[in-house]
Amino acid sequence: MPTTDHTLDEVLNLAAAHFKVPREKLTPDDDFFKTLGIDSLQALDLLTRLEHHFRIELPDYELQGVSDFRTLASRIQARL
Amino acid sequence: MNEFKGQAISWHVVNGAIELALHREPCNEIGSGTLEELETFAGALPELAREAHALIIHSTLKAGFSAGADLRELYEGSQGMEKSEAVRGVREFLRRIHGVMNTLDAAPLTTIAAVHGVTFGGGFELALVCDIIIADRMARFCFPELRLGLIPGFGGIPRLKRDLGNAVVRDLLLTGRSFNVMKAQQIGLVSQIAAEGEALRVARATASQVGKFDRRTAIAAKQFMKPIPYEELKREIEIFCELFSRPAVEEGLRKFVENEGLQPYLP
Repeated sequence: MPTTDHTLDEVLNLAAAHFKVPREKLTPDDDFFKTLGIDSLQALDLLTRLEHHFRIELPDYELQGVSDFRTLASRIQARL
Repeated sequence: MNEFKGQAISWHVVNGAIELALHREPCNEIGSGTLEELETFAGALPELAREAHALIIHSTLKAGFSAGADLRELYEGSQGMEKSEAVRGVREFLRRIHGVMNTLDAAPLTTIAAVHGVTFGGGFELALVCDIIIADRMARFCFPELRLGLIPGFGGIPRLKRDLGNAVVRDLLLTGRSFNVMKAQQIGLVSQIAAEGEALRVARATASQVGKFDRRTAIAAKQFMKPIPYEELKREIEIFCELFSRPAVEEGLRKFVENEGLQPYLP
């Protein structure tokens, strides 16, 4: 199983690539809504891409109130 | 009327397939305007079915297939009304939308929903009337009604029960969670997955294939394997109206409509 740090790194890489933000501008504790400049529909899009990438199912109620990459990665890690 | 261009929907016939496009911004919310045009379509269907063997329903909007009922119209329309009057209005809307959904469900054509992005609530219910659901890899499905204190009202529960196991239906309804296309295929809801942006193309290829077979046989097969649960559909309207009359629903709708947060689509 990948480590939490590895999962976090993959989350940051995927977000940077898809939303066309330089990877070096993203840090684990960033608010991804603000840093990526995304709305709720784009957040759903990100969730779907993460589920496909990690081959997991991550119910969106587990993401209520989650807005930073580190917590998002920890929720994913719990499903790997 | 083999061609129509409306405010919310349009249709035309290509290679024996009726292509019904949804295009009401921001995400094909289904309110009274869309309902009126869908009724026009349902009325034109017998004539259209004479020159077509398939119907494809799809959205031209980037956000998705449909975000469901127009909750803003529902909320604003019932403001300042006596509760009993508001419930009467909702019952009439449901009676009409059920008429459209039942007509589509029983259409003497092979019906295909080509979905992508947000396929929520009433949008999900529109897809469920179709014989085949073809989903873009990025499609996402959800029944968020319980967060408003309601149940799906456009025929969702009876049709989900018809197509899926009851245990799965309970999970989807009672958690109100959204789920992706892999899950949708795993539980037997989606039959084909298309790459991003390819659902309509795949639906056209499927429509072309089903056109190779004898139409009468296809209709007989469809009627045999896809009964319409009329009694449960009527019961759904009654339960919806009972729930709608409670103050909790008005509060739920108000919160949704006034929500300016970043996650209104995350139930």
